[in-house]
Amino acid sequence: MAKHETPLLDQLESGPWPSFVSDLKQEAEKRAKNEKGLDLQIPVDVVEDLLGILELSYKHGKTHWKHGGIVGVFGYGGGVIGRYCDQPEMFPGVAHFHTIRVAQPAGKFYSTEYLRQLCNLWDFRGSGITNMHGSTGDIILIGTTTPQLEEVFYEMSHNMNQDLGGSGSNLRTPADCIGQARCEYACYDTQAICHDLTVEYQDELHRPAFPYKFKFKFDGCPNCCVASIARSDMSFIGTWKDDIRIDAEAVKAYVGGEIKSNGGAHAGRDWGAFDIQKEVVGLCPTGCMKYENGTLSINNKECTRCMHCINVMPRALRIGNDRGCSILVGAKAPILDGAQMGSLLVPFVEVNPEDEYQAIKDVIESIWDWWMEEGKNRERLGELIKRQGFQRLLEAVGIEAMPQHVQEPRSNPYIFWKEDEVEGGWERDIDEFRKDHKR
Amino acid sequence: MAFVSSGYNPDKPMEDRISDIGPRKYDEFYPEVIKKNKGKWLYHEILEPGILVHVAESGDKVYTVRAGGARLMSTSMIEEICDIADKHCDGKVRFTTRNNIEFMVDSEDKVAPLKQDLASRKFAGGSYKFPVGGTGAGITNIVHTQGWIHCHTPATDASGPVKATMDVLFDDFQNMRLPAHLRVSLACCLNMCGAVHCSDIAILGYHRKPPLLDHEYLDKMCEIPLAIAACPTAAIKPSKVDFKGTEVKSVAVKNERCMFCGNCYTMCPSMPLADREGDGIVIMAGGKVSNRITAPKFSKVVVAFIPNEAPRWPKTTEVIKNMVEAYAENANKYERLGEWAERIGWERFFDVCELDFTHHLIDDFRDPAYYTWRQTSQFKF
Ligand code: HEM
Ligand code: HEM
Ligand code: HEM
Ligand code: HEM
Ligand code: SF4
Ligand code: SF4
Ligand code: SF4
Ligand code: SF4
Repeated sequence: MAKHETPLLDQLESGPWPSFVSDLKQEAEKRAKNEKGLDLQIPVDVVEDLLGILELSYKHGKTHWKHGGIVGVFGYGGGVIGRYCDQPEMFPGVAHFHTIRVAQPAGKFYSTEYLRQLCNLWDFRGSGITNMHGSTGDIILIGTTTPQLEEVFYEMSHNMNQDLGGSGSNLRTPADCIGQARCEYACYDTQAICHDLTVEYQDELHRPAFPYKFKFKFDGCPNCCVASIARSDMSFIGTWKDDIRIDAEAVKAYVGGEIKSNGGAHAGRDWGAFDIQKEVVGLCPTGCMKYENGTLSINNKECTRCMHCINVMPRALRIGNDRGCSILVGAKAPILDGAQMGSLLVPFVEVNPEDEYQAIKDVIESIWDWWMEEGKNRERLGELIKRQGFQRLLEAVGIEAMPQHVQEPRSNPYIFWKEDEVEGGWERDIDEFRKDHKR
Repeated sequence: MAFVSSGYNPDKPMEDRISDIGPRKYDEFYPEVIKKNKGKWLYHEILEPGILVHVAESGDKVYTVRAGGARLMSTSMIEEICDIADKHCDGKVRFTTRNNIEFMVDSEDKVAPLKQDLASRKFAGGSYKFPVGGTGAGITNIVHTQGWIHCHTPATDASGPVKATMDVLFDDFQNMRLPAHLRVSLACCLNMCGAVHCSDIAILGYHRKPPLLDHEYLDKMCEIPLAIAACPTAAIKPSKVDFKGTEVKSVAVKNERCMFCGNCYTMCPSMPLADREGDGIVIMAGGKVSNRITAPKFSKVVVAFIPNEAPRWPKTTEVIKNMVEAYAENANKYERLGEWAERIGWERFFDVCELDFTHHLIDDFRDPAYYTWRQTSQFKF
């Protein structure tokens, strides 16, 4: 018998899509039965109370969670988010119900051994409820009490070789696409650099020293499967400098209909026979492809590496061999001055594990120096760039301006010339001037 | 229940402390076939909705079966995932950025039993536990945020509207009939913990009433200067208020300047915004993050407000379903929703999707607004 009636939530149990309500209910039952005989460290009926308080929110059309208090683990300024409910008498199980962010492994691959260890820990010391995963990328453990925070951290760090993730004004746990692990489009090893930078910048991740949050995300190619260009202060997008590799035989096979276009992604509808002229050449945004006499050719100098042709014919067209990544900076959510997309800062840089990505770390660290010096409290990098101008960013990072930095040149002439750019400087003598120009 | 120590000593927190070790290293968790062929993949193909094969230079193949799931997940579910991975996948499993679960096997004969196993598992309430799909030119899982289950600022729930929407869009999770893939996201307040701003369709929680002022407690619970500084539109000013005969320090809000962002509430718990009538959903459309053919785009607001209709948000799901159908019917192959809207013109988009255009949809927020007005004599009737 359920502790609280949940007539509204019950309506979310039907329909085909996995029901979180059914899942919460099975978890509530599991805790009540406690077949493993665990000495549960937080109340046995927390999930019942979680369902109860959620039902109340469905009834009231409002949340029943209050602000987080300052809770955390010793020495870290992030990784835990305090959470209290505003009806503790009705729902004592979730009166204190803090979130723990756990740093996810790059690529989000897991062994079942690891996941089971995590489940055991969380059943014992927490609610048994998680997010797999939070939108930054961390594993999110939802709901435990203050005394359990250090205990969870101690067990994780001692028995699981596992650390917490980031929250607050610090580096957030970086995230990446699956990349070379299983994707033929990947221009660099996203997991390797994501892990390397996460480990290198542990101090920045755990101890808030920044004006506000900071995120890295790694996309292996311009398809942007982790949405780095929209979601990260520094976005690393794989790219190449040389030619798209063409397999002429495979092109013929696509044209002849022997291979399904776009990896079979459009199989749910009859779109007619594959038309290379219309579907590939005609949709190339730069018009740099030609299909003549059964041969496909690309004027690679004009190609902007949008991925369309490669996506349509992955067996015939492959990314180039001279690979690296572009760095875009300043993406952020709209809160305050409006959303920003990442702006191109470094068109191409090698992703070199041999020297531990030194060229990339140089860019990161000079950006941090500038942002920590000039950024106001709660000012994201993108807002600082807008406030001080892209030129200031270039100066801070020591990069020369180039046409790749802009969509188009400015359409106003209001240039803030600096004195040292103007011949003879700005110091002038009015008396000298008046010699030739009477008042 | 007795407190069981992990070994941690609160009197000596630094004793035996391990910190700054970061996450586990990714390659501990790779399936063998991934470890062996990493960086040497030749091409991939979607065999059927939810099932991919990747072929390596070595000739090795990895078959991936992708299953949707609620990201709000109990350890019971995770343990069930582990059981499946132990049975079929040598104990390895992966999650995608969009909260799908990927089970990988190294030969074709292992695919059918895995698929059957996943499809056969249902919750007591009747829904699938692991629906297979989410590939190609269809609709994959919704990325979303916390909502009423665990956050203090939401203007709508997250898991509920997501469940309701995915139920309505379920056919397109298991089909690939759309002109291109279509991404749906949800964020339960305009902090947008879920990056909904660049999605083909975004569901966004929004408040519409300015903060209540709990004058009795405001000065005791909050740093008034911080609350004032938090407001992006400078709507808040300090004020002395008569509270039951005594003068207390508090704030005043110029309501007509409020954009309902909730920043003040974040800084000051005595300024709550949540309200049954005030809160609801904004629908945005036409964003994308991929660089394919056209540059990434922001989503645009296409419906200014839909009330919260718990538990199934019927109006919200209806608007979304109509948009998906109009897109499926009218867009060209490979065209994303936003590219289609731009090609036919947004005036035509509202027509075709049977959406009302109201003054709320004309941007009036700061400088960028101007660039969204029409500075040409070209338009469609
Ligand atoms: C005033 C501003 C903000 C406040 C008060 C705020 C507050 C919160 C809180 C309390 C949570 C935790 C919910 C929970 O797990 O209990 C959260 C989660 C999160 N926030 Fe924010 N947030 C703010 C702005 C932002 C912005 C601007 C972004 C992104 C650019 C963001 C990204 C996130 C993400 C990714 C999560 C994890 C959400 C999830 O996976 O469910 N937040 N935020
Ligand atoms: C204090 C400010 C300004 C003064 C005193 C001023 C004065 C003048 C004068 C005296 C003329 C010549 C009229 C004639 O003899 O035909 C003129 C023409 C013109 N001004 Fe201004 N002007 C000012 C600002 C501006 C500004 C800000 C703009 C544009 C943004 C502007 C655009 C023009 C144009 C387009 C013409 C016509 C040029 C032509 O076709 O001959 N003026 N202005
Ligand atoms: C460095 C700044 C600028 C220079 C050197 C400049 C120069 C000129 C010149 C030489 C003309 C042609 C005058 C003629 O027909 O005899 C002109 C016309 C004009 N300028 Fe500018 N201009 C400048 C900035 C601007 C700005 C900032 C604006 C407006 C925002 C502006 C608006 C116009 C307009 C409206 C005309 C008249 C165009 C027409 O007759 O079709 N100008 N300007
Ligand atoms: C309506 C509201 C929005 C909400 C609720 C929202 C929420 C979020 C959240 C939660 C994140 C954190 C993602 C993560 O890292 O896990 C995020 C990230 C981001 N959002 Fe939004 N977002 C919204 C709108 C926008 C808009 C309009 C833009 C841009 C135009 C935008 C740009 C970004 C960017 C760039 C990130 C980067 C995330 C990151 O730094 O990782 N968001 N957003
Ligand atoms: S971003 Fe590119 S490399 Fe990474 S998974 Fe997506 S398509 Fe593959
Ligand atoms: S990648 Fe894009 S720009 Fe380059 S040839 Fe292919 S379609 Fe054209
Ligand atoms: S989007 Fe807003 S309400 Fe939702 S979890 Fe994030 S901060 Fe909380
Ligand atoms: S909700 Fe936002 S705009 Fe309104 S008063 Fe609060 S901080 Fe200012």
